[in-house]
Amino acid sequence: MIGLRTHRLRGNLVLLLLGALATAVILLPLVGLLVRAPWSDWPRYLADPIVRPAIWLSLVTTAATVAISMILGTPLAWLLSRADGRAAHWLRALVTVPVVLPPVVGGVALLLAYGRHGVVGAPLFELFGLRLPFTPYAVVLAQVFVSLPFYVLSVEGAMRGTDRRYALVASTLGARPLRAFLTVGLPLAAPGIAAGAALAAARALGEFGATITFAGNFAGETQTAPLAIYVALQSNPDAAVALSVAMLALAVLILGLLRGRWLR
Amino acid sequence: MSPPPIPSATRVLDAHVLARRGSFAVDVPLHADAGQVIAILGPNGAGKTTVLHVLAGLLEPTRASPQGGHLGQVTVDGDPWAGPSVSVAPEVRRVGLLAAEHLLFPHLTVLRNVAYGPRARGASRRDATRRAMAELEALGVADLAGRRPGQISHGQAQRVALARALATDPRLLLLDEPLSALDPAARPEVRAALASRLTAYDGVTVIVTHDPLDALTLADRLVFLEEGRIVQEGGPRDIVEHPRNRYVAQVAGLNLFSGTASDGLHVDVDGLTVVAGEHDHRGPSWVAFAPSAVALHPERPAGSPRNTWDLTVASVELIGQTARVRCTGVIDLVAEITAGSLTTLRLHPGSPVWASVKATEIRAYPA
Amino acid sequence: MTRIRVAAGGLAHAASARAGLVLVVLALAACGSGATPTTAARDSAGPSARASSPSSAHSDLSGTVTVLAAASLTESFTALAKTFEAAHPGVTVRLSFGSSTTLAQQIAQGAPADLFASAGTKALDQLPAEARAKPTATLATNSLEIATPPGNPGRVSDLASLAAPDLKVVLCAATVPCGAAADGILTKAGVDASVVSREIDVRATLAKVTLGEADAAIVYRSDVRSAADKVTGIEIPAAQNTVLGYPLVELTSTPATAAFATYLKGAEGRKALQAAGFESP
Repeated sequence: MIGLRTHRLRGNLVLLLLGALATAVILLPLVGLLVRAPWSDWPRYLADPIVRPAIWLSLVTTAATVAISMILGTPLAWLLSRADGRAAHWLRALVTVPVVLPPVVGGVALLLAYGRHGVVGAPLFELFGLRLPFTPYAVVLAQVFVSLPFYVLSVEGAMRGTDRRYALVASTLGARPLRAFLTVGLPLAAPGIAAGAALAAARALGEFGATITFAGNFAGETQTAPLAIYVALQSNPDAAVALSVAMLALAVLILGLLRGRWLR
Repeated sequence: MSPPPIPSATRVLDAHVLARRGSFAVDVPLHADAGQVIAILGPNGAGKTTVLHVLAGLLEPTRASPQGGHLGQVTVDGDPWAGPSVSVAPEVRRVGLLAAEHLLFPHLTVLRNVAYGPRARGASRRDATRRAMAELEALGVADLAGRRPGQISHGQAQRVALARALATDPRLLLLDEPLSALDPAARPEVRAALASRLTAYDGVTVIVTHDPLDALTLADRLVFLEEGRIVQEGGPRDIVEHPRNRYVAQVAGLNLFSGTASDGLHVDVDGLTVVAGEHDHRGPSWVAFAPSAVALHPERPAGSPRNTWDLTVASVELIGQTARVRCTGVIDLVAEITAGSLTTLRLHPGSPVWASVKATEIRAYPA
Repeated sequence: MTRIRVAAGGLAHAASARAGLVLVVLALAACGSGATPTTAARDSAGPSARASSPSSAHSDLSGTVTVLAAASLTESFTALAKTFEAAHPGVTVRLSFGSSTTLAQQIAQGAPADLFASAGTKALDQLPAEARAKPTATLATNSLEIATPPGNPGRVSDLASLAAPDLKVVLCAATVPCGAAADGILTKAGVDASVVSREIDVRATLAKVTLGEADAAIVYRSDVRSAADKVTGIEIPAAQNTVLGYPLVELTSTPATAAFATYLKGAEGRKALQAAGFESP
């Protein structure tokens, strides 16, 4: 036995134990979920009238959220990646606020903006009779609100990392700015865009606070999977667990896509 | 697709490049005829790349020169590209740009890279592909058409990038240190491809370089810049024989001194009288001689040629079988001797040495 | 020193705080039948509180009383707890409000609680057997009322008018008492209301009305009262209405708990609850 080695081993043991503990903290709840899942009654719970509309709504609104994030977020990310200076700095800070904002606060803010008496909602209602809360559009709006910043941050980082000279070359070859952006800027940022989309999808799929506050909770209309889980837990815990496992599977799928394909 | 052939004496480029960046100003008039190749040389920070970027439209030229009077402008084939009231966007100008790095779009194949320009300028996919293939063939890289930029060598990539720049039939081909990022072994191959392709090119080529070999092998005319201004321009032969600037002389590989010609035989250089070859001018004069014309001796040479100076070795540099010996004293010069004589003379920094140059090897020309 | 910690509607709060407490409580519960060790644990926290108020003449009570109460009791219980603590400086009342169903489940999962005040008796079914056996008394009763934004923009007049197709009606989730009760009276009246959302508890439901997003909600009369002029209440006739009892379950029997329970059931409690729109049983 050599003193030095045992000393090092002991140090490692402490680190190993703490590391194991951290792993347990993260994994135990998931294990609990899987152990308690009503595997044999699985099909029955998934057939529960609350489950399918919720999963379907979650998938549809998430897809819409990702699409909107890409359409609106990509140009913003591009602008932020190309702009320097005070204004861009502040804009970047502002658009990332929802990342650190509690989602419920986001829901309240959305109500005050798009609600019937909201800054935007009131004129929308008066001019077009349009009311967003309690509609699937409100669900998408809430999800976009929380997901878009993640997407923008991810894509901006990717675009910042690409060589600007490619765009200059494209312009000397005759490509107008939009064409250069579409044919060169976007493909070069593709990995970041994919990662951003996956991040936005994960965030949208898990959105709860802003949705229940802003969009409400009605099966088939605004009740997404997380809301359904929350409500089901009070009456039918097994259905809640079944739904939770389904969400866990989706989350793992997204993570796999993120890590396996785009994040090295 | 191809533009109609233009007679070789047609003026293509008429430009006065004016640009300012803080206290640094570039003021360079440039003119060239169809098919001409202009090399812009100069030390780092002389403004060479700025000139290219103004020509390409990536930089806006300053409208008024720092001195007032002149106006920055770029005119190609009689069409104003930039001027007091015009600014044509880069994508509308007919330019091709090739930088030190190939900058091939990594997500496109070689063929799609070269076809990118024609496509962006409105050619059908088929025409663009055909044009791209022709250009790749002209540069001897057609067999790489299906590869991605990451799968070919740097030399090949640079040739593909040249093909891409030429596939849009630019009137101005702008080459920014096109060979400098290549490893030395790949340079001759790319330089040869470039030289042969340029002979068939009827637009104007502007090549920025600080490699004299590129300039002398590729260019019809050399423009030397220092601190944003032209210090000398002319044909390669004229430049090599009559440098009028320290930097130019260094590029041409000559010892250069300024002095005063007094009588058709002697030139006074800082109080030192140099006996030069016969000349008929008087007054301000340049004196130039090749380093190989300098002979070095351990002692004062017998027979005593008229240009004999007692100097001290400052540095010795061995390049292959040639030694470049920098000497200081009454006159600062570079001598080129064989590696053999270097050994015999046992020269090292600090050694006393006698240098002599035959009068017939020294050229004097008016400043 | 008196300390009131209110976690009104703090479902997430309670959940995360619970994560740390559950193990401790389970361990305590495992020690015995519950009362004795729990009391001991509470008392050990007592002396410092007692020491800080030696002049307290009329009370030698000390300890903490943890109360889980239905969201509709938020205002009245908060006020009652404050007065009680003022009278008994050694006692700290911890209040946590939420939907009765959620609270009952929290108790079932081992959340520490001395008193449980539920809206309706249905949530009691979720309690573990030994809790159901604890002394229970009805504190107050409540009935339902329609709440509309001030001025009643949706022109709601009665239950039947909630079926108007353009109307946005918000109810509590069917799983919480106010939702179940609302479903009950709507079914009884044969009204298919234009429901757009089922909120997680009565306060969230009312909030949709106070914010003006919903045209109408069915909530407790006490909630309409507590919202004051932020909503307009529309009475539901007794024939269509339902009466909901508010049972108070004494889960533990520490002196402080018993005292607070007595206080809630007594004259002062009744007065405060009546002022908040409840009726006496």
